[in-house]
Amino acid sequence: MTRTETQPVIEVSALTAHYGSRKILDSIDFHVEPGEIRIIMGGSGSGKSTLLRHLLGLNRPTGGTVRLLGVDVARASAGQMHELRRNIGVAFQGGALFSSMSVGENIKLPLREHARLDETTMDIMVRLKLEVVNLAGFEHLMPAQLSGGMIKRAAVARAVIMDPKLLFFDEPSAGLDPVVSAELDEMILRLREAMNMSIVVVTHELESAFKIADRITVLDHGSILMTGTVPEVQNCPHPRVQDLLNRRPRRSEVNAEDYLRRLTGG
Amino acid sequence: MADTAGQSPAVPIEHLGRAAVAGIEEFGYYFLLWLESLYWLLFGWTRKQPVRLAAMAAQMVTIGIAATPIVTILAFTIGVMLAIQGIATLKTFGAEEQVVMGIALSVTREFAALITAIVVAGRSGSALAARIGTMQVSQEIDALRVMSINPVRYLAAPVLAAMMVMVPSLTLIADFAALLGGAVFTNLELGLPYAAYLDRTLSSLVFDDVRQGLVKSLVFATIITVIGVSNGFQVTGGAEGVGRATTRAVVLSISYIVVADMLFTYFLNR
Repeated sequence: MTRTETQPVIEVSALTAHYGSRKILDSIDFHVEPGEIRIIMGGSGSGKSTLLRHLLGLNRPTGGTVRLLGVDVARASAGQMHELRRNIGVAFQGGALFSSMSVGENIKLPLREHARLDETTMDIMVRLKLEVVNLAGFEHLMPAQLSGGMIKRAAVARAVIMDPKLLFFDEPSAGLDPVVSAELDEMILRLREAMNMSIVVVTHELESAFKIADRITVLDHGSILMTGTVPEVQNCPHPRVQDLLNRRPRRSEVNAEDYLRRLTGG
Repeated sequence: MADTAGQSPAVPIEHLGRAAVAGIEEFGYYFLLWLESLYWLLFGWTRKQPVRLAAMAAQMVTIGIAATPIVTILAFTIGVMLAIQGIATLKTFGAEEQVVMGIALSVTREFAALITAIVVAGRSGSALAARIGTMQVSQEIDALRVMSINPVRYLAAPVLAAMMVMVPSLTLIADFAALLGGAVFTNLELGLPYAAYLDRTLSSLVFDDVRQGLVKSLVFATIITVIGVSNGFQVTGGAEGVGRATTRAVVLSISYIVVADMLFTYFLNR
């Protein structure tokens, strides 16, 4: 790959996506710099999960391009994609650990599939990553035996086992109590420091976003409202941004005629 | 579109058209999935992504070894049933002794493969759809993809390989069990010694009869795998979706098996 260290790790331009005929993302432009922690924030239905799926190359866009580490995801060959994905880690919302495997086997899976290492080396690497996420000694448990917070941390250990350059988190604090969620935030900061990764976090948790973000991208109804640092977002006058920050319900003007038409199904 | 609902005569035709397109689309999906699984089995190692032997072995145990007792028992019962029916029917012609040939041919050509396929579809086809469907719902399939572990290679290909080995093997076991069932009942009912039964069975069977059953069982193995895996991958809508996919996988597999059986019987006997 012919990329320089300063080139953005994620370059999204004019990304448009549809579910059937419904437009979910509307010409999104989005750049993440190396070593940055970027938060993608937005309410439910803002398109942030869809954006993440596109960033991961799981969905095909209807328009625009997504480049990760310099590779155009939609045009990459199978080989390029394979190479690229070894440099990407993802911690899914529910952990997505394989329920038929122990925690250790789960974390070991990418190594087993992509690296030629002997069992002892892989065991050591697994224990190393488990130390990083504070789960030392849990490698023999099955995912069903773990608590919600432990599952998420195990998922992080699996995501970083190949030492990726780019790490994605989907709703890291969803369903966790405030203490565990704060610990997870600390962990994200520590990961960046220790491994110098670029990290993208999709979340709607304000507190956690403000604590870890270098920059925040606010998404609403499939388009980007703004991208900025924490103070910039906090001082943004845009009413939708302020709604999100102050937990205000959406103020949508009711058009009497439309309302009647919707009710009568006409 | 909403304002034409229930009024326009074009609506039923439109539904028919949509259903036909969906059907063809699904069939294409099955076919591609089968091709992709074969590709990974044959050429995965050239891309340094082989289908793991350990995964195949594990599948062989759950699909084959674990199903052996039930297949044996059911096949034995079928053998007894064929003997009962055969003797009752042939009695009218005073040709009860011919029942041996009837059992030998219908078991090897038809019933062993069919009963094996139905048992495997019920046991493993459903389990396959449920397992892959649950993985789809809990984002485990997405996790595989972002780890650059091809889900077809990792989940479907080992099952296909295991099925291609185990369904014919089970069919052979079913052949023996059903013939034994026939022998036991014939012995009790007509007093035919086992040695004579074996002798007549061997003299009425040619290799092609057994081969016919085995060729069919390979087709059935493919049907069960492809339908189970496809329905699993296509799950949407949480736990309910998994349940629906599981039911659908079993019903579809058994239907396709019976239809394929008929077609193959027709063409193999021309």
